[in-house]
Amino acid sequence: MLPQIGLNLLAVDTVAPTIEPHAQALPIDNIILFLTILMLATFLGMGIIRRVSPLLHTPLMSLTNAISAIAVVGAILVAGGEGYPTGIRLMGAIAVFASMTNIISGFLITNRMLKMFKERTPKGAPAGGNA
Amino acid sequence: MNAYSVQVAYVFSAALFVLSLHWMNTPKTARRSVIAGAAAMTIAVLATWFSPAVHRHLWIIVPIVLAVAPGIWLSMVPLTAVPQRTALSHAFGGLAAGLVGTAKFFHWYHDDPEFLNSFRTIAIVIEVLLGYLTFTGSIIAAAKLQEVKWIPQRPWVYKGQNAVNALAFLGALVLAGFLVASPTSAAAPWLLGTIILLSLNFGWMLVMPIGGADMPTVIAILNSYAGLAAVAMGFVLDNPLLIVAGALDGSSGLILSIIMCRAMNRSFTNVLFGAFGQVQAAAGKTEQKTHRSATAEEAAGILGSARRVVIIPGYGMAVAQAQHKVRELYDALTKRGVDVSFAIHPVAGRMPGHMNVLLAESDIPYERLKEMEDINSEMPQVDVALVIGANDVTNPAARHDKSSPIYGMPIIDTDKAQSVMVIKRSMNPGFAGIDNELYYLDKTLMLFGDAKGFVGEIVKELSSEAH
Repeated sequence: MLPQIGLNLLAVDTVAPTIEPHAQALPIDNIILFLTILMLATFLGMGIIRRVSPLLHTPLMSLTNAISAIAVVGAILVAGGEGYPTGIRLMGAIAVFASMTNIISGFLITNRMLKMFKERTPKGAPAGGNA
Repeated sequence: MNAYSVQVAYVFSAALFVLSLHWMNTPKTARRSVIAGAAAMTIAVLATWFSPAVHRHLWIIVPIVLAVAPGIWLSMVPLTAVPQRTALSHAFGGLAAGLVGTAKFFHWYHDDPEFLNSFRTIAIVIEVLLGYLTFTGSIIAAAKLQEVKWIPQRPWVYKGQNAVNALAFLGALVLAGFLVASPTSAAAPWLLGTIILLSLNFGWMLVMPIGGADMPTVIAILNSYAGLAAVAMGFVLDNPLLIVAGALDGSSGLILSIIMCRAMNRSFTNVLFGAFGQVQAAAGKTEQKTHRSATAEEAAGILGSARRVVIIPGYGMAVAQAQHKVRELYDALTKRGVDVSFAIHPVAGRMPGHMNVLLAESDIPYERLKEMEDINSEMPQVDVALVIGANDVTNPAARHDKSSPIYGMPIIDTDKAQSVMVIKRSMNPGFAGIDNELYYLDKTLMLFGDAKGFVGEIVKELSSEAH
């Protein structure tokens, strides 16, 4: 058991393998790499979401609901991974259940709502059974 | 699948998630976004499942099979219930994130303490905090939206509430500090356990004081939290896909909550800590003013002879389930050559875009659904503005009455139309308890009755006149 006291933010590279540095390049820490990904994805997300039509804000929300169920990746690793005691595995299985419910219901209901957004029937075409 | 191909699959999955959201920008391409999103998710699930780290398949198959029935059931709710369904799935998302964070912590604590460095511990604390907070907060939000009896609809507040919340939050921060300083100490599991309990507590404490009218913002914020919890999980598990998908989700919730706040002219902090609905109690007293009312027959006559009609729907339309009758009214008027469109306020309903979905469900073409900014400049040319179940978003006091609690909130300029009709049960002020000046204007006719019934009568009058 390693007693780890105090902040050891800089010592992470002993734990997670970092990218093999180029001879002259600065080595990049995994944390910095991930923070960069987070920063870029956030800006990308803001730019994309800003352009979503307000008409579709409800389906957008159910879609992002389904997307946030990406937590299923972590849940599968815990539920099905090797070397976890049953109690921990059970937490993983409940998480798989919860995120899978979100995935199924999220995509289905988004699809159901989007089907309803119809354009006007072209002029001249019969607009449905009216006298 | 080897570990490398799993990572490659994750890259494809992330790209598809981005495309999925990108295609949501117009209804024309939106159907594609579901396909892209579902494909991205399928790739992510399969790649993870067949990665070298996963061996216990039964532990995955059983929960997936169990999730099918509730998943399908939750996707078939009536569209008026979509806000509470959305809140409920935020709860599920929060729970999943919280559980994975907890599981990883205890696993590393007992078996691989060297993995618990400060950075991962910080990520776990954030994941657990946001996850469990979203879980209980969303359950309360769903219960309020479902109008469950034992949860008060009105804001639930007590004296010193914000101070109690702030102290509890500070306490959690201190505990988190201790935990991060020594994540492998004997006290660490107790610290994390206490943080979990505090987070579960926060969720409901934060949402209980928030009233129904603020639900669109609250749901958007909880959406954002669920995404941020996934980001934190990405840092815990060293997984870039979780970071990308979580960040997309988090920024979506953030943008939506900003839009909602702006549409109510309120700040984030005000929504979260302001307890909307209290201030109004004092402003409730007004002198007796006169209003005019009309029957369905008179209303039908006016609507039928108008050239241009704008319908302003609100949550009341959803409550009365009047959207299908509104569609009949739209048809009857359109058949007579009346130009009918709908003015949608961003916070009309109980979640962002709620009105649009209800009207689209009843088959009204989406080009007829106009945003507030687009319709306001045209209001003076409108012959009749018909308000169905909306209230505060039409109140002209928001423009000029500095003492009004809704002063500064952007509204639909209903009062600028040539004439106004309001379908309402009675003269009682609405949910927020604010009296609406619009009802006392000379050009306003009040139509007293249930939205569904009254619109039905107007439609009947219109069609009997036609024959």
